[in-house]
Amino acid sequence: MKKLINDPRAVVDESVEGFGLAHADLVTVSADPKFVTRRDAPVAGKVGLVSGGGSGHEPLHAGFVGLGMLDAAVPGAVFTSPTPDQIIPATLAVNSGAGVVHIVKNYTGDVLNFETAAEMAQAEGVEIRTVLVNDDVAVEDSLYTAGRRGVGGTVLVEKIAGAAAERGDDLDAVAAIGDRVNQNVRTMGVALSACTVPHAGSPSFDLKDDEIEIGIGIHGEPGRHRIAMEGADAITDRLLDPVLGDLGVASGDKVLLFVNGMGGTPLSELYIVYRRAAQVLADRGATVERSLVGNYITSLEMQGCSISVLRLDDELTALWDAPVHTAALRWGM
Amino acid sequence: MGLDVNWAVKWLTLSAQAMAEHRVWLIELDRAIGDSDHGENMDRGFQAVLDKLAENPPETPGAALKLTAMALMSKVGGAAGPLYGTAFLRAGTSLGDAAYVDAAALAAALGAARDGIVARGKAESGDKTMVDAWTPAVEAAAAAAADGDTLAVLIAAAEAAEAGAVATDPLVARKGRASYLGERSAGHRDPGAASSALILRAAAGAAA
Repeated sequence: MKKLINDPRAVVDESVEGFGLAHADLVTVSADPKFVTRRDAPVAGKVGLVSGGGSGHEPLHAGFVGLGMLDAAVPGAVFTSPTPDQIIPATLAVNSGAGVVHIVKNYTGDVLNFETAAEMAQAEGVEIRTVLVNDDVAVEDSLYTAGRRGVGGTVLVEKIAGAAAERGDDLDAVAAIGDRVNQNVRTMGVALSACTVPHAGSPSFDLKDDEIEIGIGIHGEPGRHRIAMEGADAITDRLLDPVLGDLGVASGDKVLLFVNGMGGTPLSELYIVYRRAAQVLADRGATVERSLVGNYITSLEMQGCSISVLRLDDELTALWDAPVHTAALRWGM
Repeated sequence: MGLDVNWAVKWLTLSAQAMAEHRVWLIELDRAIGDSDHGENMDRGFQAVLDKLAENPPETPGAALKLTAMALMSKVGGAAGPLYGTAFLRAGTSLGDAAYVDAAALAAALGAARDGIVARGKAESGDKTMVDAWTPAVEAAAAAAADGDTLAVLIAAAEAAEAGAVATDPLVARKGRASYLGERSAGHRDPGAASSALILRAAAGAAA
């Protein structure tokens, strides 16, 4: 397929370089080993937040580096976790002495590479806590799989834990806030089309024109099952039912509703999904206190979306509202 | 006597060649049940191994394998980087500073590599992972080691790994990226088992 690239092997290098040029007021880019840090890192006395993962999910994670969110992002090759020789220097670069929280999506590669890096950074004297994000309800049986994946909820964990770090919480408190967000968020996604990894050249799975893939992750991997195409409301119900069921959303709950585009679906369609999801939540007596709609954790040019619901309490709402200034999210300042 | 550092360097060189030659095939295997990156990552990782070997020629087989571990861990990414990195690190540690590797040491090193993969990835036999190539290879190598012939050990390991990789075809994945597919992962070869068989075949090729 056609892609706006020069060389498949230079995609991440050139994209991160461009990102650094476009957002030089916010971030500093290290080219080799590759990582992106907040421009004023390390921030004195503040717990550092580091996340990372395969590229191809932009704006995640580099787009969330800045005040009130991440201190560093570590991009791997497309859909491939970064390596310890990137994660360790990124961790050291943002450590002010208050310790560093690694926010890791529960994919085997990310977990293994961050685990190795955390061991080695600890050996260099940095206190590390890890927040593992596993909000994907599409993965049902964790005994026979690598466990639930970290998907849309990752954005919410990064924002809210980032706000906790910014207000001065200590290492354990920031990690606890991150864990609390993860425990209170569930996500499910759908693909209307596959995506094409630049160096692979052909789509990551084959989907007919009249088929959709329910329960996808974010790495272009196929989902749980495949069904015939339906209308937006029916698809929304299919995604939202297991999310609300698993989270146990009850009448009177306050929630954040996050409709995320996978990269190839127009905002207008995401709002159609949002509309239906908001109706369903209202019917169940839940109050949508906060919302987020847009392409925040993507799979290249995949068509589709994910729906995340986060159960809010007053503290999480206040941390969500706290100022943030990154390339992809900015408010309150 | 036994196998020396030249064997180790040749093994790694042949592995790099195998990854380059089978890059597209491994990507295709991974495309079916994973995320299309395995061939690309292994090719990149073993090219980095060749660079390290040229920069810093090792003096013993164990040193060559440890250097390989560091290169793979820092360049491959994904699950394969830490898994292969741990495998080569444990194998290198098992060989120690010895200048020559005999059949028993070789079989023990392969066992240490397999144990490292299991410790990191927590997969068991039959989960449709690289363990399904390594475990039969380790068992075949141990059986062949009794005769004291290093080439026979490596050939036995390579053949068993190849058979083990083929035997992953009908399995339902229970670990790694393919596990999310459930029953739909059956009917496809595990890419990690396939690359493991290529690496073990290269080890035998280097000793021939």
